[in-house]
Amino acid sequence: MSSSAPLLEVQNLQTHFGTVDGVVRAVEGVSFHINAGETLGVVGESGCGKSVTAMSILRLISTPPGKMAGKILFKGTNLLELSEPEMQAIRGKDISMIFQEPMTSLNPVLTVGRQIGETVMLHEGVSARDAEQRAVEMLTLVGIPAPGRRVREYPHQLSGGMRQRVMIAMALACSPQLLVADEPTTALDVTIQAQILELMRDLKTRVGAAIMLITHDLGVVAEMAQRVIVMYAGRKVEEGTAEEIFLNPLHPYTRGLMGSMPKLGSSLHETGRSKLTEIQGQVPSLRKPIIGCAFAGRCPNVTDVCRQMAPAIELKAPNHLVACHYAPRVAVAA
Amino acid sequence: MSTTTLPPDGFTPAPKLADVLPPRKERSKLGMFAYRHPTIAVGGFMVSLFVLMAIFAPLLWTVDPTALAPARRTRPPSELYWFGTDMLGRDVYSRVVYGARISLIVGFGVAICAASIGLFIGLISGFIRAVDAVVMRIMDGMMSIPSILLAIAMMALTRASVENVIIAITIADVPRVSRLVRGVVLTLREQPYVEAAIAAGTRTPMIIIKHILPNTLAPVIVQATFLCASAMIAEATLSFIGAGTPPIIPSWGNIMAEGRALWQVKPYIVFFPAVFLSITVLSVNLLGDGLRDALDPRMAKRI
Amino acid sequence: MSNSQTPAPGTPLLEVKGLKKHFPIHGGILGGKTGNVFAVDGVSFDIKRGETLSLVGESGCGKSTVGKAVLRLYPITDGEVLLDGRRIDNLSAGELRPLRKRIQVVFQDPFSSLNPRQKLRDIIAEPIINFGLASGSELDDRVGDLLDKVRLPRDAMYRYPHEFSGGQRQRIAIARALAPGSDLIICDEAVSALDVSVKAQIVNLLSDLQDELGLTLLFISHDLAIVEHLTHRVAVMYLGKMVEMADRKTLFSTPHHPYTRALLSAVPVPDPTVKRQRIILRGDVPSPINPPSGCRFHTRCPFVFDRCKVDEPQLRDVGMGRMSACHLDVVPDTVPEANRQAAVAA
Repeated sequence: MSSSAPLLEVQNLQTHFGTVDGVVRAVEGVSFHINAGETLGVVGESGCGKSVTAMSILRLISTPPGKMAGKILFKGTNLLELSEPEMQAIRGKDISMIFQEPMTSLNPVLTVGRQIGETVMLHEGVSARDAEQRAVEMLTLVGIPAPGRRVREYPHQLSGGMRQRVMIAMALACSPQLLVADEPTTALDVTIQAQILELMRDLKTRVGAAIMLITHDLGVVAEMAQRVIVMYAGRKVEEGTAEEIFLNPLHPYTRGLMGSMPKLGSSLHETGRSKLTEIQGQVPSLRKPIIGCAFAGRCPNVTDVCRQMAPAIELKAPNHLVACHYAPRVAVAA
Repeated sequence: MSTTTLPPDGFTPAPKLADVLPPRKERSKLGMFAYRHPTIAVGGFMVSLFVLMAIFAPLLWTVDPTALAPARRTRPPSELYWFGTDMLGRDVYSRVVYGARISLIVGFGVAICAASIGLFIGLISGFIRAVDAVVMRIMDGMMSIPSILLAIAMMALTRASVENVIIAITIADVPRVSRLVRGVVLTLREQPYVEAAIAAGTRTPMIIIKHILPNTLAPVIVQATFLCASAMIAEATLSFIGAGTPPIIPSWGNIMAEGRALWQVKPYIVFFPAVFLSITVLSVNLLGDGLRDALDPRMAKRI
Repeated sequence: MSNSQTPAPGTPLLEVKGLKKHFPIHGGILGGKTGNVFAVDGVSFDIKRGETLSLVGESGCGKSTVGKAVLRLYPITDGEVLLDGRRIDNLSAGELRPLRKRIQVVFQDPFSSLNPRQKLRDIIAEPIINFGLASGSELDDRVGDLLDKVRLPRDAMYRYPHEFSGGQRQRIAIARALAPGSDLIICDEAVSALDVSVKAQIVNLLSDLQDELGLTLLFISHDLAIVEHLTHRVAVMYLGKMVEMADRKTLFSTPHHPYTRALLSAVPVPDPTVKRQRIILRGDVPSPINPPSGCRFHTRCPFVFDRCKVDEPQLRDVGMGRMSACHLDVVPDTVPEANRQAAVAA
């Protein structure tokens, strides 16, 4: 399936913001691709640039303070070179996005049906009545009970989980080829999250969209993604299939992240309470250019080479790219 | 099967050092400050100019502003009389320069009094529900009367003097400040750090002083600058209609009032005080805008 | 000091009996009471000295309300709260104040739980000053010691909160909670707002401090994986009621209550090779203003039968040291045919 050209190809994307305190280098040379129909997980903690990457793909960054460079090729067209009207034709139709906070991402003064219908009316030119009909279909698709009634309701009348379903309905209304989901379940309770993830998996097979799933929750990534990239300080530090990344993490940051995540079932293996691995120090400031490896200040295996020379991202194992001078290091087999 | 829960080979956690603190920001120099906050710089500078002008009025080549010289009345601006003379032969320039004193005294006086009283009332109302219900209804009542009319009514009850002008305008402006403070206090009360202080055993008066008060100061200071500007205009209005500063004391409103009859033939008597008043008010407003922009985002600053 | 009798040995440090907290809803023209939010509706538990009890549940279950009620941040509607066997819920504010130094809190949001206009030194010193425990240079020493304990440099004392990151601010909050020499610390979602790697640091810190100082922790969280690492016993709440209580190993290996099972199965596992058998609950959590009759969970329970809709189950011993509020003695592994639409396996 991935033998043909990738659906989305990001080449050396750089997104910088000019602020009073200096230039913030939110995304610094990130490259990756997404094939049609696959789910790519983008993992990292706050400040790593994953949300800014998503916003850059959809050209939602306001360009007076922000500046983008590089190429974002969607089906061969460079999105960074398109005009705003051309970009508007793509947003919502070919590429759509769901955001983290369903509370603030829905317009509180428009009905749910109106908001879903808006996308359809804009891209397919149907009448308001047909758009409402389509909205009802979408609400049924995302599993909202009594859709005929719900379509006339306002966001505040729905619960958090339902609002997120509405967001998904809006995003999928025109059958996009790429869905960018920015922390779609972070603000939801865990049982609701399970519902939403099940829904997303189900819809993906039906609609056939590729998904770029951005999250800091490694469990969600493991469940949903076929391929994963790990971001740190605006850079991509590791990329591979989900199995490779989880079972054989090579970059010290990824290993630190895996180790610091508590896993359910830990009480079954140990006798007492166990300690989580910590990553010492904190994320470097993005206002200054970082010399050498971005993780050098926190890496337990750091050497002078790391501090002086930034590692390039290279293939270190089958289907597995790492940006580290000293990878591969084989994880200890238990 | 390899597991990812055990620390991999060589990945030993660093010894438990204290976290490294981010480096402290270098103290901004005045120039840096002006660059980052141009409105404060410009507004503040202009206001300071007027204050200096008011303080050093006798040294600014002025003559006695109340000296009558009917022989030289209504002369146009010339080398001798920079702004001309009015209908009683008084030097308009000197009157305008001395008039700054009144405007600034009233402006700052009202700002300080209204802000302090409003702060006090707002703090108490925000914290004690019983007081809130009663006091706020009174404030609402006062706010429903246009402040200038309220001031005129107050002035009608007493004799004209600068002190009474300040009192009248203050009374008219206190409700607005107390409403603002009350709103801020209501939000602050719900903040986790206030709950933490209660859990730490801090008594209510201390909570108000240590936790609530410092965080209400920023909006109050901004509001005070706007009060200053509007008070200056209020004073001019009151004086213009004869209900403000006694005519013997030169104030911009008084000067304009006296020049009103002649303004079509001798516009300079009205023109100069009007220009000075406008620029002063503009500067104070600029300062207030700049302060508001500077203080608000800082409160929500995160790393 | 005061007439505090030494509690009988074996008395738990904190006992909560039948705690209820209802919030009135005002409406109508005259603002009279039109209803209640039954935030906490009859919760009982104990915590022994030196142990960690976690209260878990999703949003709206009332766990944070329990924490604030224990702290007497508002008065309780019904029930009793006992500290070392002595009732504290019916004390006046003046009588309660000296006891406050024994129960402290760490809140969720590291950005709003510290007064932005106070230096760290004043923030941490506040409880010490309130209880008259130290003054002058001794005070500064104590603050410095506390900063050492939470692994921050001593001269951080003279800085302001906004200069620190989220994780560091939580450390400051922990230092403040330790300052008066407290016995019980209530952690109200204390790590929920932090990044994954920072969570690990804070959880490790709490664990270490508990071992070092013999602290008792009431850890309120919705994150089951974190809870599993830190806790000794777990209590699960749903819509204002406690549905299960057990020790750590038992709860995570053999949970009894259907809600606990659904909760545990909903947590995503960071291992792509594992395929989960998931219990996915249908629908949303009912409103605490109008809770369902009988068992509050019956509207979403995959094992519901008639009695559940009428008769509210009480917490009872269901074997293996678990207390569960469910009518079923043994909860089957597969969903009965009649309730098939209520649950789906992945």
